[in-house]
Amino acid sequence: MKNTISERVADFIKKFPPFNELSQQDVASLSEEISILYKEKGGVVFDEGEAPHSNFYIVHKGAVSLKKKESTDIIDICDEGDIFGLRPLIANENYILEASALEESIIYSIPIDIFKPVAKKNKEVGNFLIESFASNTRNPYSRSHRGHLYGDTDMLEPINPNAKLLDLQPIRFSKKVISCAESTPIKKVAEKMTKNNIGAMLVVKQKLPVGMITDKDLRNKVVTGEYPITTPANKIMSSPIITYPSKLTITQAQMAMMKNNISHLCLTIDGTPDTEAIGILSKHDVMVSLGNNPAVLIKEIKRAKKFKQIKPLRKSIMNLLSGYLEVNIPMRLTSKIISELNDACTKQIIKIALSKMSTPPPVAFSWLAMGSQGRSEQLLHTDQDNAIIFEDVPEDKLPETTSYFLELAKLVNRGLNVIGYEYCPAEMMASNPHWCLSFSEWKNVTSHWIINPGPDEVLLSSIFFDYNLAYGNKQLVDDLSQHIFDNVKKYPIFLIHLAAGALQNPSPTGFFRQFLVEQDGEHRDFFDIKMRALMPLTDAARVLILSHSIKSINSTEERFEKLAELEPNNAELYMSCSYATKALLKYRTKQGLLHNDSGRYISLDTLSKEEKIKLKRTFKTIKEIQELVSLRFKVANILG
Amino acid sequence: MISLFKKKENNLPQFWKAYEGTFSEPIPEKVENVRFVVLDTETTGFNYSTDRMLCIGALILLNRTISIKEVFETYLQQKYYDKDTAKIHGILKKGKIKRVSEFEALQQFLAYIGNSVIVAHHANFDITMINKALKRQGLPKLKNKVLDTSTLYKRSLLATPLLHKKEHYTLDELAEKFSISKKDRHTAVGDAYITAIAFLKILDRLKPKKTKSLFYS
Repeated sequence: MKNTISERVADFIKKFPPFNELSQQDVASLSEEISILYKEKGGVVFDEGEAPHSNFYIVHKGAVSLKKKESTDIIDICDEGDIFGLRPLIANENYILEASALEESIIYSIPIDIFKPVAKKNKEVGNFLIESFASNTRNPYSRSHRGHLYGDTDMLEPINPNAKLLDLQPIRFSKKVISCAESTPIKKVAEKMTKNNIGAMLVVKQKLPVGMITDKDLRNKVVTGEYPITTPANKIMSSPIITYPSKLTITQAQMAMMKNNISHLCLTIDGTPDTEAIGILSKHDVMVSLGNNPAVLIKEIKRAKKFKQIKPLRKSIMNLLSGYLEVNIPMRLTSKIISELNDACTKQIIKIALSKMSTPPPVAFSWLAMGSQGRSEQLLHTDQDNAIIFEDVPEDKLPETTSYFLELAKLVNRGLNVIGYEYCPAEMMASNPHWCLSFSEWKNVTSHWIINPGPDEVLLSSIFFDYNLAYGNKQLVDDLSQHIFDNVKKYPIFLIHLAAGALQNPSPTGFFRQFLVEQDGEHRDFFDIKMRALMPLTDAARVLILSHSIKSINSTEERFEKLAELEPNNAELYMSCSYATKALLKYRTKQGLLHNDSGRYISLDTLSKEEKIKLKRTFKTIKEIQELVSLRFKVANILG
Repeated sequence: MISLFKKKENNLPQFWKAYEGTFSEPIPEKVENVRFVVLDTETTGFNYSTDRMLCIGALILLNRTISIKEVFETYLQQKYYDKDTAKIHGILKKGKIKRVSEFEALQQFLAYIGNSVIVAHHANFDITMINKALKRQGLPKLKNKVLDTSTLYKRSLLATPLLHKKEHYTLDELAEKFSISKKDRHTAVGDAYITAIAFLKILDRLKPKKTKSLFYS
């Protein structure tokens, strides 16, 4: 029965090979037979060694990983529109890999019996299948198939971010070819290059590539005064043009550039200059494919014009992170770089959102990152916690100003969600009217927290007071900080409550110095590293640094270092707190990368004896700092 | 006509008896074995006594899977029509879509749902609409267990005083929170699909051990 959902499914699958080769009618009738599967994160679609299902699969939303059961190395990741589990059905053999949802996913399952006759009828589809099996890759047309070798167990190798398989990886290149005619004046060429933010322009003659003009040509031949800016393009272009076929691996591309001493390759349909250009490949593209260079990633983030374009870059950031941890780059440097990159993503998201608004912001505003993001301790994908402060406006303008910023915040929150930040389950997000306020409103709210420090207020302040400017006006943020300090000085009782809050986290070890693990729920028998170890340190650092009226330092480890400087007599304890924070953060990040989650819950069995001892050592430090906080702020007075 | 409402059990049509018969089967204890029917109705308005159903859309959810072949999408012939709500549901009074009588639609629908657990967003509205229609046709009320994604969603939210929970959450809000495409919104099947995906995501959060626990509130 044709229905609304089958049309929805048809609209989706017809965009991807091999379905794009089918007639509309075939796609429609195929869609009617499809089932829609929902898999929670980690949900298994098929198991290694399982007999083939009567369906194969295409990812609609989310991502599915293919791997050998006993290994954590992922062999392939299927994204939206990728097909998997087809070959075993045709070859009639059991599944050789396990397919499971890497994130929450919606998967379409297509019955092979219905697909086969359609495939037989259509030559293009048949070719797709033959090619995909012959080349042992999932999708020969995919720009992003990542060197996975499907089917041949001897050659199964994991995707390694650190470049083991690079020579096998086909390269991504920009498909949008910007070109000019031979007679175009250089000034026009330069303008067009600036507008499109590219470093090289293709010169074409009757659609065929004849030469290339790069930034370097402009510098060497024009800016030096050798040619005036009115010169036609063909006078300064590099010619004859060097062309390559588009099915190039990264290594081949690098070799080609080195051999010819050029920075841009022109890719044509058959690899010769006698066919049309289909893409330009720059050194930059090669670097991005390598994905291990923060500078390149930053540049690429800044280039993004859509939320979706940032998503794969976030994946590269994660690759970079696991690479850094593997080679033991100091945690401080690692978190600096990764936070910097995450910040750049957030900034770009806000920029894109601003460009989507119909008018520019009516007044200055600041976008604040709160919680772990505000402390620059957010290395993994976690929830988003953010807020907006905007400049005061006359009262009659307040409703419309507020709704402008709420609308902006909604876009930004969605953008952040697209690139992998979950929505905050407690709705501490700028799109929530409680977290999108004018400067005076924020002053009132924070005063209220400080003057009436109940448990909720303390919790709210402990999240909010780690704010950090992510985008926008700095003055607003500094003024708010000043306001908070003035208030805290006036109402010192607030610090006592904040200190009491800092001491309330459950203890990490029991009476016999054994680890205390969670008693029930989803994470039973796991150790909650966030709640039991990191939070006590973070909370202690916050209240201590606030009592010194210092706002500019947000990261916990740096706060402790600053405290060591301010109070030399406690320097030793503070330094060991700083060290403990770094160590715990590293554990958490490593666990998170291992399990593709926030790393909050640690399975103790996976730790070595040495790691357990190290972890326990940090607990001693936690106990000592809690004692210091308790004594200094005389917390007993309000608890007793 | 009065006697229509006083019909004795054995005067009820065969299809109703068949529907009733399915309830001798208990609801499975494990959630993955439960057949959920996620439904949505498009109506001429919100008045239970004067407004009428124009379309019933439903799909079956079994073990986290929706089979497109089994989607239920039936348009109803109605004398009453409110042109003001047409801009929401987009169903024209004399559109080209094939329609059946209310009686026939209910007959098909009962055969389709059997003893499945009904899931709908603000379920009370849809269930009342269907029950009113059943009554007009001289039939008793639906006997199915019902789950409302609006209340289930509220239960899946974080229990913290910091979160200001709303009294009601609209389907649009759910779609936004769960990043579900709002394509086909305000078609019965489109809304049922959005509800189904939202329901799956809520289940993923609640992780009920037994089916029964879903019905506690």
